[in-house]
Amino acid sequence: MTTYADILPKLLETLQPYAKKIGHLKETTDLVSELGLDSLQVMQVLLKIEDQFDISIPLNNLPNIRTVKDLGQEIEMLLKA
Amino acid sequence: MSLFEKFLSIQQAREEILQNGINPFHLTIEKINSPTEGVINGRSTILVGTNNYLGLTFHPDCIQAGQEALAQEGTGTTGSRMANGSFSSHNDLERAIAGFYGMPHAIVFSTGYQANLGVLSALAGPGDTILMDGDSHASIYDGCRLGGAEVLRFKHNDVADLDKKLRRLGERSQRTLIIVEGIYSMLGDRAPLKEIVAIKQQYEATLVVDEAHSLGVLGKRGRGLAEEAEVEEGVDCIVGTFSKSLGSTGGFGVSVHPEFEFIRYTSRPYIFTASPCPSVVASTKVALRLVRETPQLRQQLWENAQKLYDGLEQIGYTLGAEVGPVIAAMIPSKEQALGMWQGLLEQGVYVNLMIPPATPNGESLLRCSVSAAHTPQQLETIIQSFSNVHSSFKEQSGSYQSSKM
Ligand SMILES: Cc1ncc(COP(=O)(O)O)c(C=O)c1O
Repeated sequence: MTTYADILPKLLETLQPYAKKIGHLKETTDLVSELGLDSLQVMQVLLKIEDQFDISIPLNNLPNIRTVKDLGQEIEMLLKA
Repeated sequence: MSLFEKFLSIQQAREEILQNGINPFHLTIEKINSPTEGVINGRSTILVGTNNYLGLTFHPDCIQAGQEALAQEGTGTTGSRMANGSFSSHNDLERAIAGFYGMPHAIVFSTGYQANLGVLSALAGPGDTILMDGDSHASIYDGCRLGGAEVLRFKHNDVADLDKKLRRLGERSQRTLIIVEGIYSMLGDRAPLKEIVAIKQQYEATLVVDEAHSLGVLGKRGRGLAEEAEVEEGVDCIVGTFSKSLGSTGGFGVSVHPEFEFIRYTSRPYIFTASPCPSVVASTKVALRLVRETPQLRQQLWENAQKLYDGLEQIGYTLGAEVGPVIAAMIPSKEQALGMWQGLLEQGVYVNLMIPPATPNGESLLRCSVSAAHTPQQLETIIQSFSNVHSSFKEQSGSYQSSKM
């Protein structure tokens, strides 16, 4: 079973290209306010992550995802379901 | 912090745009003379951003029907159909639309926006899933949200991504609604409907097609993309609007499923708003008849579209999609798009300026919607004006390295 601990390093790797401005990505990094992703980039990142983990992330859950950690936990939950 | 502080960022964005003079998102047409001509900033202007595809807004039959209904049935209905009752004319219009599509069930809404809200929220609720195209119109986004279903988005027009997402759903795919558009309003591209219908059937999902920009435009009888692609039988429900090719306002849903009628009892955007006013209903009904009886209008629209498309392509513009009534010129930057939009307006040509975040892929667009009512002379003026702003921007800016942009 894939746990959050397995997911996090893969997730950080996928997000790294979007973090050029701030350099180092942490669990607490805010995807919108710190990475400065606009709605188009958010969509592109999500599509990448969906393919990477073979999941579909519902739009309904997006308002609750602010940080890298939130996103990792969402992926964990979807993989369990 | 007050509630009003959130408007600060909008105010700043607006001021940035206003530095150039005119506000493209708060433009007034001081006088409207015909489907294709109005007065803007005191100047006679050709309208190329109206969605008035068949030019029916001034058709004498539509005007006469509206005037008669106004005199006979009054200015408004003053209430909802459920609480206050339907007028016979509402039922007549529903029968006319059902007849037009050859489907037994039709429901009329007060706008196309509400048709999407009403149909989507009623069909897919908690426990169900919606798969929507990522480039969908705002009314589809809002309709998906309103019902409480789980909403997933697939890559625009990407059948492989749709397939993947349906596969991941497993058995839930049978309780999944797929929603796509016939012609997408920004770039004018079409859904790959044949493939989408095949996938929908494979996974036993339900398919809704929004024909807002394709009604009266595509198909032998003008029913839209489903007719053109010869897959009408694979579509569960069609939604659309009267506000574009039919030249009035209002929206509708049609379906072969008898259960569709129950939407009237569950759909808040149907129940809790006033029904369409009699004059609008009457004009719409005549416009629908004209679509049926006057295929020449559609033919003229396509001739005009081809002419404008060829003209813009020859100048060197990169266009958003194949030939069609929506022709979008893709401009390298927001600033250039704004400048060119203004240049066109100064020459008496009004098109739609579309900039991110409202556009797909962050594009900046000068969006034209062609009308059957554009005259050859108007089309020539439009193309000439596009040519003028193209050369003046090429001269000004070193960033136009190639003739393509
Ligand atoms: C695809 C699509 N659906 C629905 C609508 C809403 O139609 P209406 O203007 O009648 O509310 C529009 C147009 O605005 C549209 O482009």
